[in-house]
Amino acid sequence: MSLTVTLQHRFAGFDLDLAFQAPPGVTVLYGPSGSGKSTVLAAIAGLMRPDHARIAIDGTVLTDTTRGLSVPPHRRRLGVIFQDGRLFPHLSVRRNLRYGRWFAPLGSDAASEDAVVEMLGLGPLLDRAPANLSGGERQRVAIGRALLSSPRLILADEPLSALDGALKAEILPYLERLRDEWRVPILYVSHQPSEVTRLSTTIALMRNGRITRIGPAAEVMADPALAGAGRDAGAFIEARVRAHHPDGVTELDAGGLPLFLPTLAAAPGDRLRLRIAAPDVMLAAEAPGQISALNLLPGVVDGIRQDGHSVLVRLMTDAGPILSRITERSARALQVQPGARLVAIVKSFSHDAGDIGSAHR
Amino acid sequence: MADWLTPTEWDALRLSLRVSLWATLCSLPLALLTAHALARWRFPGREVLNGLVHLPLVLPPVVTGYLLLLTFGTRGPIGSVLQDLGIVFAFRWTGAALAAAIMAFPLMVRAIRLSVEAVDPRLEQAAGTLGASRAWVWLTVTLPLILPGVIAGAVLAFAKAMGEFGATITFVSNIPGQTQTLPSAIYAFLQVPGGEGSAARLVAISVAVAMGALILSEWLARRVARRVAGA
Repeated sequence: MSLTVTLQHRFAGFDLDLAFQAPPGVTVLYGPSGSGKSTVLAAIAGLMRPDHARIAIDGTVLTDTTRGLSVPPHRRRLGVIFQDGRLFPHLSVRRNLRYGRWFAPLGSDAASEDAVVEMLGLGPLLDRAPANLSGGERQRVAIGRALLSSPRLILADEPLSALDGALKAEILPYLERLRDEWRVPILYVSHQPSEVTRLSTTIALMRNGRITRIGPAAEVMADPALAGAGRDAGAFIEARVRAHHPDGVTELDAGGLPLFLPTLAAAPGDRLRLRIAAPDVMLAAEAPGQISALNLLPGVVDGIRQDGHSVLVRLMTDAGPILSRITERSARALQVQPGARLVAIVKSFSHDAGDIGSAHR
Repeated sequence: MADWLTPTEWDALRLSLRVSLWATLCSLPLALLTAHALARWRFPGREVLNGLVHLPLVLPPVVTGYLLLLTFGTRGPIGSVLQDLGIVFAFRWTGAALAAAIMAFPLMVRAIRLSVEAVDPRLEQAAGTLGASRAWVWLTVTLPLILPGVIAGAVLAFAKAMGEFGATITFVSNIPGQTQTLPSAIYAFLQVPGGEGSAARLVAISVAVAMGALILSEWLARRVARRVAGA
C-alpha cells in the first residue's frame, strides 16, 4: 500500500499546501494543534472538499480536482477512527462492530469478527450500549469497527486525545497489535511524542499547513533541528529483551550495548522501542567509575542545536542516535563539537511509563 | 356494539378516527421531507417554506377552510383537475382528512424537525466512512435516532386532526355519516334541544383522546432526548 497526497486548501487566514507519500506501516502526521493535520485526514476521507488535491491509494484515485473527481466517502473504503469514537448510540457494541460489514464488498479479505473481538478484548462488552462504556472501551470499539469494515487504510484522528494518561497506556498496546499483527496501513494524526514513538514507522512533521520533513521515524525524532521543546525532545532506540534479573532489573540489548531497566512486562527475545527524553540524558567525557546510573552509551557527537543557553546534542551510539539537552556551560566545559567522543548516561528509572512499546516488526 | 353511544355518535367517532388516521399517515412522508429540509438544507425560499408550513397554525381555521374550498372545490384550479381524474375532496370525508392534515401539519413538522436537529451529523459522517451510502445512513442511523420524535409528531398530529373543526366545517360542511366528525357532531348536538347528553359523551371522548396523545408524545420526546444524548 502506498498513499499519495497532494493538497492545497485556503482557509481564512490559513493555507494548507503539502504533498507527501506514505509508505506501508504507520505514518504519523505529527505537529502542534492547528497545524492542519486533521484537515489532511478529512480530505483523504472525503469529508471535506479541498480547493486543489490529488489523493490516490496505490492505483486508485480518490480525489483529483483537475478532473473534478471525488469518490464519495462511502466508496473510499477507508476506516476512520475519530477522536470522539462516534459510536452509534442506538446500537449495541456488537452491532456497532458489524455496521461496516454490511457494506464491505463481498469476498474482501475482511478481518474475522472473532479475531478482532479477541484482540481488542471486546468479548465482555458485546451486548452493552455505547452509553455504558468508559472512554477507553469506547475507543477500542471504534478501532474494531473501523477494522471490520475491511478498509484499505485506517485513518486515526488523535484517537487517544480524549483519554487521560492511564487510559492512553491501556489503548496503545492494541494499536501496536493492529500495526504488527494486522498489517493494516495507518495514517495517524497526533501531537503526542509518546504516541509517535510507540506507533510510527514514518513521521511527517507538520507546521502551519506544510510538511516540513518526512522520513523514517527514528531519524526524524533524533534530528536536533526538528526536536520539540522540553520533554517533547527525545530520540528512541530499539532494543531486545535479554534477561530478567532477580534483583528487579531487566537487561536489554541495544545494538550490542547493554541497557538496564526496572523489570518490564516483556518476554526475553521481545523487541522493544524505548523513548529517552533529551533532558534525562547526561553527557560525560569518559565513562565514570562509580555511578548509580546503569546505562552508559558511548558515541560520537554528530549534531548540535543551540537554543539560548541550552544545547541539544545528538550522539550517535551503537544503539542508535540519542538526544541530550544540556546547559551551554556544560557544553563549553565538555568541549562539545561534532566528532567529539562522549558517553551518554541514562538512569534506569528516567523513562516515562508510556515511552516503552513493542518495536515494529 | 356497546349501547352507551347512539348510532349517530358512533358514526361521528368512527369517521373522526378514519379521517385522523388517513390525515396522519398521508402527511407523514411529506412532513419528514419538510422537517429535513428545514433542519438541514440551506436553499432559497427556506423562510417562505417555513412560513407556509406554519401558516395554518396562526390563520383563523375558517380562512384555511375557505382557501381549501377555493382551490380544492369542484370549481377550484386543483379541485376541477382532480375531479376529471375522479378524485373529489369537497363535501366528502376525504376533504375532512385533507383539512385535518393541513391543520395538523405544522405540529408534525415541528416535532420531527426538533429531533432531526438533535441528531449529531458527525454520526452520519461516521456511518458514511464505514461504507453506508446516504440512503443507508438515513435508514440505519438517522431514522432510528429520530423515530421517537417522528412518532411523537404523528401522535400529536393525530390528536390535532381528531379535534379539527373550523377548516373542516367550512370546507366539507357537517353531513352526518359523511363529513360529521366528532367536533362537528358536538356542535350539531348543541344546536338542538336535548342534545346535551350526546354532546357530553363526545366531549369526554375528545378530552380523553387529547390528554392521552399529549402524555404519549411528551414521553416519546423525552426518550428521543435520552437516546441522542447517549452518544
